[in-house]
Amino acid sequence: MTRRVPEELTCAEMVRLVTDFLEDALSLEDRTHFEQHLVFCKGCAAYVRQMRKTIEASSALKGEGLSAEAQAELLRLFKGTCK
Amino acid sequence: MDDLRAAAASAEDARILDALRAGDEKAFLALVQSLNGPMLRVASLYVSSRGVAEEAVQEAWVGVLSGLPRFEGRSSLRRWIFGILANCAKSRGVREARSTPFSDMGPRDDEDEPAVDPSRFLPPDHPRWPGHWSAPPTAWAEEQVLNKESLAVVEAAIAQLPMNQREVITLRDVLGWNSAEVCESLGLSEGNQRVLLHRARSKVRGVLEKHFGAGGGR
Repeated sequence: MTRRVPEELTCAEMVRLVTDFLEDALSLEDRTHFEQHLVFCKGCAAYVRQMRKTIEASSALKGEGLSAEAQAELLRLFKGTCK
Repeated sequence: MDDLRAAAASAEDARILDALRAGDEKAFLALVQSLNGPMLRVASLYVSSRGVAEEAVQEAWVGVLSGLPRFEGRSSLRRWIFGILANCAKSRGVREARSTPFSDMGPRDDEDEPAVDPSRFLPPDHPRWPGHWSAPPTAWAEEQVLNKESLAVVEAAIAQLPMNQREVITLRDVLGWNSAEVCESLGLSEGNQRVLLHRARSKVRGVLEKHFGAGGGR
């Protein structure tokens, strides 16, 4: 899937390309246009920051683990298997 | 660099495997404790209740223990364990779906939904700034993004995503797997994975933006 990026990107295109940018999947040329746009566009700079923050928030989600009983049960099973 | 990391990971795997095969209980418990949160989260992708997810994790560990003598280390230990887990959880999910009249696996993938409402951009025929923001996002009060309330919003937003987007964002962003690992375990191409990740992240960002007040921060 090749995507022609015109010389100057619009903000709507920036929004479409943001994940490719963050994933380092843009060609050097496209990346240059993307970064140039970021320099002069406050809205897009805020957008990219928000995407990064969103990723950070996802990575900060905590999950509960198994209950203590469930873990004890697994340990019993492990002891049984290793006999 | 990736080769180095892979070599280090497989040395670590070998150490853990030796310990498990030698019946080292501490090593086993350490492994369970490091993986059981992520495993419960992955199992929860495919089944509807916490209880069933726990059963799937338990069943996966039983499979891991019985498969241990035959595990050859061709894939990483973690990938092998999560492979077993996904099978256990998916087959429970299928059974659940059969026994409930409505499958509760979330909305279908909505390919056409834009990442940002098109009305926030100037129209393509705008004389001076076609396609530029008419209602640009404004900076968030960033210390709020990681507070408990916002994280609950993120958790709920992810739960609302279509299944394939939820899988990708959970493995990539919540659990921090790299794209190669996610592509392999979900059977996706790099490009496809990126598309799903893009939709998922865009929607979660949109929900957070709404949470912080329309248009951005306060």
